[in-house]
Amino acid sequence: MSAQKLEWKGAYAPYDLVKELCIAIGVMIALTVVLTILFSSPDDRPSTIAQWSRQIPVGEGGFVPTALSELDGSSGTAEYGPPYNHAADGQHAAFLYPQKWLGVSHPIDTAQAYVIEPLRTVPNDPALQSALATYQAAPEKTQKEWTDAYTKALEKASVEGNGSIKVPAGSYGPVPVMMSSLLALAQSGGLEGSLLTSNQFFQTDYTKPLLFMADGGLLEKRAEAQHLLGEQWGMMNETGSYPGQSWLWLYTFWYQIEPFSGSENADILVILVMSVLSLAFVAIPFIPGVRSIPRWIPVHRLIWREHYKATGGGPLNPPARAAP
Amino acid sequence: MAAVLASIVNLNEPAHVVHWHFFQMSVPNLLAIGVMLLVFVLALVLPFPGAARRRAAEAQAKR
Amino acid sequence: MSVAPPPKPPGGDSSKTPHGDSWTVRAREAAVGALPPEKLLPDGQPTYVASWIYIFGVATIAALVVIVGSGVILALKGPAWWHDTGVGHFFNSIHMWAVELFFFTMVIHLWGKYWMAAWRGGRARTWITGAVTFLIAIPAALTGYVSQQNFDAQWISTQAKDAMNSVGIGAFFNTTNFGQMYSWHILLFPIAVVALVVGHILLVRRHGVVPPFELEQRRS
Repeated sequence: MSAQKLEWKGAYAPYDLVKELCIAIGVMIALTVVLTILFSSPDDRPSTIAQWSRQIPVGEGGFVPTALSELDGSSGTAEYGPPYNHAADGQHAAFLYPQKWLGVSHPIDTAQAYVIEPLRTVPNDPALQSALATYQAAPEKTQKEWTDAYTKALEKASVEGNGSIKVPAGSYGPVPVMMSSLLALAQSGGLEGSLLTSNQFFQTDYTKPLLFMADGGLLEKRAEAQHLLGEQWGMMNETGSYPGQSWLWLYTFWYQIEPFSGSENADILVILVMSVLSLAFVAIPFIPGVRSIPRWIPVHRLIWREHYKATGGGPLNPPARAAP
Repeated sequence: MAAVLASIVNLNEPAHVVHWHFFQMSVPNLLAIGVMLLVFVLALVLPFPGAARRRAAEAQAKR
Repeated sequence: MSVAPPPKPPGGDSSKTPHGDSWTVRAREAAVGALPPEKLLPDGQPTYVASWIYIFGVATIAALVVIVGSGVILALKGPAWWHDTGVGHFFNSIHMWAVELFFFTMVIHLWGKYWMAAWRGGRARTWITGAVTFLIAIPAALTGYVSQQNFDAQWISTQAKDAMNSVGIGAFFNTTNFGQMYSWHILLFPIAVVALVVGHILLVRRHGVVPPFELEQRRS
């Protein structure tokens, strides 16, 4: 339909657009104020590494097992690949490897960042500095033996009254001293600042501490309680009983069904599907069939019922109609 | 805490969730979507003010 | 006593001066030609504009005004303010509910425009700018959620990073980088959304509100 054919040459009724806008703004302000007074907004306090290390020092998702996995390179972040490291290629879809192609833009050596460097900053602890030196001087094979043994031992670990970690006897090298010191540092609140400002005084990039916490179990535990996990359609949800992001319904839907739900490449696959659908959404005017549905299913008869009653639904600008 | 006390309805407890097979949606989101659909239908069916003005304009245009 | 006429401004009456090389005159004439004042701000609408569905466009604009207004107040005191004071939390709540209402009204507006096939008659760009506004509003909201500096922000940023990283965007759009996310949220995305909305509105004014289907026509 060309622009000319769809130009209205009929009657215009007075319509005050500026007044309409002012009324709309007034109504919106009133609505938001009423909703605010009734319901306020959520503000669940953030988790801290100190809390994590105190609430879950050992056990599944615990601080010490997670710190150990950062040291031995088996944590989620250590094995992630780009943009943090080269440990993996990251996700792909067929021949598309954009995660790998865009490279390591935010390098994190997890052993150094989360264990070695923070421990080096601990003052007045010659035993710790000696343990660190021993660990770093040892060959990689020996380091792995120590960390593997300690990982297994941690499955039966408990925390003593004085905060120290008790594990079955074994050959763990300097690792227990390192982990105990790191736990004490974390519980004192010192690890937060150490991770955040390791490069410079002013910092607004929370990637390092956040990735560390995400490798552990505290964030996930809180998220599950608030129905925020992926399998809980959490992408759409807000903490508490607040409405969330209902517009993400289709985005999160794909993650719930095969082949996406069982795939290691779920994210890139879902994004590809949603990109195609989003493009199609923008291009609806050009898609045969989809653009004709409004003609076939006459919701428009309701919208324009007054016009159809007055004109009988005939040609838009019948010849008898005088131009205004 | 002050913020919680400041609201009349406390929405800070985890939401109730509706489950159906693999479908899971929080009640607040379902409500939001339900209200959206209701408002859409109402917008279609409720009469819009100004009919007399529009009829007068049509009559004027025909002259 | 005769009075000397006022001096003419440079350029003056464009019908008498050659203006082929004046960008200013060309820009002005293009703008005024496309949207003369009575078209930019008409005081009448076609008589077929007779349904409540038509208010959802302006309702969406109104919600956006409240979002930006409350956002400006939140920006005045910085990102930590709303955690520390009741007034700050009040404006955060206004901002959050305005966002919910923005998407609410925008989706209803979108439904209405789809069922009217409002892209007809050379109005495809109006549809496109509207659809792109919706799509851009989603990451605009995401950057807001990850800028909250609370548990929700911690969770959303560490989850969303996987999606960004999977398509390579994570290399230069880091959801766990608060400074970056906050900057995009309070400056870059608002500029994009407002620019799109302004373009969308100007297109509506230019082409007018789409007329009704003719009922006997069955072919596309």
